[in-house]
Amino acid sequence: MAGKPELLSRMAAGDGHGENSSYFDGWKAYDENPFDLHHNRGGVIQMGLAENQLSLDLIEEWSKAHPEASICTAEGASQFKRIANFQDYHGLPEFRQAMAQFMGQVRGWKATFDPDRVVMSGGATGAQETLAFCLANPGEAFLVPTPYYPGFDRDCCWRSGIKLLPIECHSSNDFRLTKEALVTAYESARSSGTVVKGILITNPSNPLGTTTDRATLAMLATFAKEHRVHLICDEIYAGSAFAKPEFVSIAEVVERDVPGADRDLIHIAYSLSKDFGLPGFRVGIVYSFNDAVVACARKMSSFGLVSSQTQHFLAKMLGDEAFMAMFLRESAARLAARNERFTAGLREVGIGCLRSNAGLFSWMDLRGMLRGEKTAEAELELWRVIVRKVKLNVSPGTSFHCREPGWFRVCHANMDDETMEVALDRIRRFVRQHQHQKAKAQRWAAKGHLHLSLQRHAGIASQYHALSSPMAALLSPRSPLVHAAS
Amino acid sequence: MVGKLLPAASPPLSHVATSGSHGEDSPYFAGWRAYDDDPYDAVCNPSGVIQMGLAENQVSFDLLEGFLREHPEAAGWGGAADDSGVASFRDNALFQDYHGLKTFRKAMASFMEKIRGGKARFDPDRIVLTAGATAANELLTFILANPGDALLIPTPYYPGFDRDLRWRTGVNIVPVHCHSANGFQVTVAALEAAYEEAAAAGMRVGGVLLTNPSNPLGTTMERSVLEDVLDFVVRKNIHLISDEIYSGSVFATPDLVSVAELVESRPDVAERAHIVYSLSKDLGLPGFRVGVVYSYNDTVVTTARRMSSFTLVSSQTQKTLAAMLSDDAFAEEYIRTNRERLRVRHDHMVAGLARAGVPCLGGNAGLFVWMDMRRLLLGGGGEATVADELRLWDLMLQEVKLNISPGSSCHCSELGWFRVCFANMSLDTLDVALARMGRFMDRWNKATTLQEKH
Repeated sequence: MAGKPELLSRMAAGDGHGENSSYFDGWKAYDENPFDLHHNRGGVIQMGLAENQLSLDLIEEWSKAHPEASICTAEGASQFKRIANFQDYHGLPEFRQAMAQFMGQVRGWKATFDPDRVVMSGGATGAQETLAFCLANPGEAFLVPTPYYPGFDRDCCWRSGIKLLPIECHSSNDFRLTKEALVTAYESARSSGTVVKGILITNPSNPLGTTTDRATLAMLATFAKEHRVHLICDEIYAGSAFAKPEFVSIAEVVERDVPGADRDLIHIAYSLSKDFGLPGFRVGIVYSFNDAVVACARKMSSFGLVSSQTQHFLAKMLGDEAFMAMFLRESAARLAARNERFTAGLREVGIGCLRSNAGLFSWMDLRGMLRGEKTAEAELELWRVIVRKVKLNVSPGTSFHCREPGWFRVCHANMDDETMEVALDRIRRFVRQHQHQKAKAQRWAAKGHLHLSLQRHAGIASQYHALSSPMAALLSPRSPLVHAAS
Repeated sequence: MVGKLLPAASPPLSHVATSGSHGEDSPYFAGWRAYDDDPYDAVCNPSGVIQMGLAENQVSFDLLEGFLREHPEAAGWGGAADDSGVASFRDNALFQDYHGLKTFRKAMASFMEKIRGGKARFDPDRIVLTAGATAANELLTFILANPGDALLIPTPYYPGFDRDLRWRTGVNIVPVHCHSANGFQVTVAALEAAYEEAAAAGMRVGGVLLTNPSNPLGTTMERSVLEDVLDFVVRKNIHLISDEIYSGSVFATPDLVSVAELVESRPDVAERAHIVYSLSKDLGLPGFRVGVVYSYNDTVVTTARRMSSFTLVSSQTQKTLAAMLSDDAFAEEYIRTNRERLRVRHDHMVAGLARAGVPCLGGNAGLFVWMDMRRLLLGGGGEATVADELRLWDLMLQEVKLNISPGSSCHCSELGWFRVCFANMSLDTLDVALARMGRFMDRWNKATTLQEKH
């Protein structure tokens, strides 16, 4: 029975949930025809999901070797009652301890973390929302460098009522955040009467797959202090850095590089969903250097605590320093190898990616394949062809608020080697075919057949345009937003 | 860690962060702190504070532990035999679909049906999972009410609602006053009065929120009263949230009449009826953070599901509990045995208090009794005040060393009532508490008699 819209809140009736974007068409295509190496080699390969599936075997082995980490086994049963009953929002002390230790370990011990500042949240999704609620009022804004993870629009804004305003970054300097761009965005917000309460960066970056350098982090900390704005660093990919330059955490910069930095402005969001490939466990962390924010976020964590069963398991695993060291090393090596194989495969057909040293994806440059003017529409048109014809669900740059059309995020850590080879193969064939068509079109144009060839291109593209249009994610049996929330 | 005063240079935090609506400044929480400082232990600290302010169910853990011992596959990451579709560690660890594990939703639906003796059906596709009922109640409030709107809640009610429903949502609570004269039952007059009060304050009413069985009363709502509430919400075109978190703890007649049962025969109610559930009380698993929003309104289900992204249940926990709750024989035996044990506890408590000369509201559910200490507030001339009740509460805490919850923290319209929990301790500890009550009442009676003689 359908509900009467006027009976629900404005929040419920609006589209702050973010699922009405055409971005989710790719999900629909995948859901209808998912690739399977053995049973459906013609299906759509999922390359829109930033998951780390390369090293789960290591965690699984550890879990089998440590039955005491589960409260459901004979070895762990003695803990069942204590753990099942434990709902203190401070979290299990051993969990906080292990998490603080691990966060230091993943940063090569260049920063230390205080277990009393470790606050839980419902995944990184919950961590971002909690920080928005704590730091800003409805109508106030965070500045975010583009391109950025589309889930932020929902996570930071939907229920809190705050706004996200872009700091435009460009390929001319590899999309690095500059002070000029930051100042421009800040002034622009202020001149339109919007109060800027914070700057939100993701380091390592999603979707770029790059790390922010020390000088930029120091610039941000200084800017934050001078303008009295918060600095929120989403370091969810901290453990996914696999090549130089080394990942530098804001925790390190604040401790060492910026004398007189105002620590009350610095907050880190973390999660185990990416580095460990454990998105199902819903482990989000808010780590703030501001005591009042820690206290507030901790109270708010009542709305999204981590299951004590999961806290217990992770306390044991994260506390196993030797295993963690091996895991981080091995995971980085596997991510590096996967990244190298993928980008090399693309280079064979002249497709470049932004040079990446972190993350679970590549930022692929397809600007040369856009038809006509390099517009957002041209990018979406190309994207629809890739989804429907090449059968790869990649993510168009515009969905990440990228100002330059033609870039695509391609996830490649969520599949096995063979599947990746199939994907590369399809991309190579598509690119070669496209180059062949283009060359042919140029020859025809030279011979005066321009009109005909353009029509044929338009025909192919428009077929696919008609197939997909912005739709309500209500139709998806799965949960496009949570998967896409990566 | 104590929040420090921020230096002037730092930007302020949000209004939400600096308001007191998190609710932790109430006496409800002060008692917890006293317990934390001096907790009772039979061996190490026999004169410590006994925690009777925590509605936890610790009487049936052995049943859960027994199941896990006999079903090691629930502990492991499965193999070919497990047809859950997420058998392997890998699949489970990766599973973040906000629809939740299908096997788990089916198991929850089945469990909720068993609790209601099969008198209502639950559709697994209407089950939205949240990390606890705390999140479920807040989420529904975000969906059903705008900032500044009001929810009408019968008093006395669970103190946590002040935070869960108001803090981040900006929604208000307007009390529906209930009185001991009719056993604290909700009346249409009280509902209408609350509605008028909201309107007079310029607040649009989003809905009524019931807790049935009631916390802190420990009673179930009568069918006719529930029908009246349903008529009221239809008449006013507002929502009804029924928090049925204690539905599995009904240990005596009358049987629970769930909104789920009535909705099936009342199509005018469906689009405005929503149920909240959790495994924290009935299964005694508050640490696992398992809450449910169950709505008969499709748009609410869809929106709630999307919002649950902020508060999903760990897939590890979903898998463990799916195994447990889909075992029909186990689930039925658990419900039956748990109820019986709670009944024994309850009756033991009531008998002990009666011997001490302290009456309780007649209860048939929950993990607590609603104790009547009004007699102790009388005397000294004049009307009793909240301060008097809090003085008595403090006396109980400091002298008798029992942390019980004063009715005023539950917004009770009458003074002198206290909620006292009985399922979060061993029977021996309960007897110690009852003995302390007995001695306290002896002293009180003697002192009062002496006073009267003067």
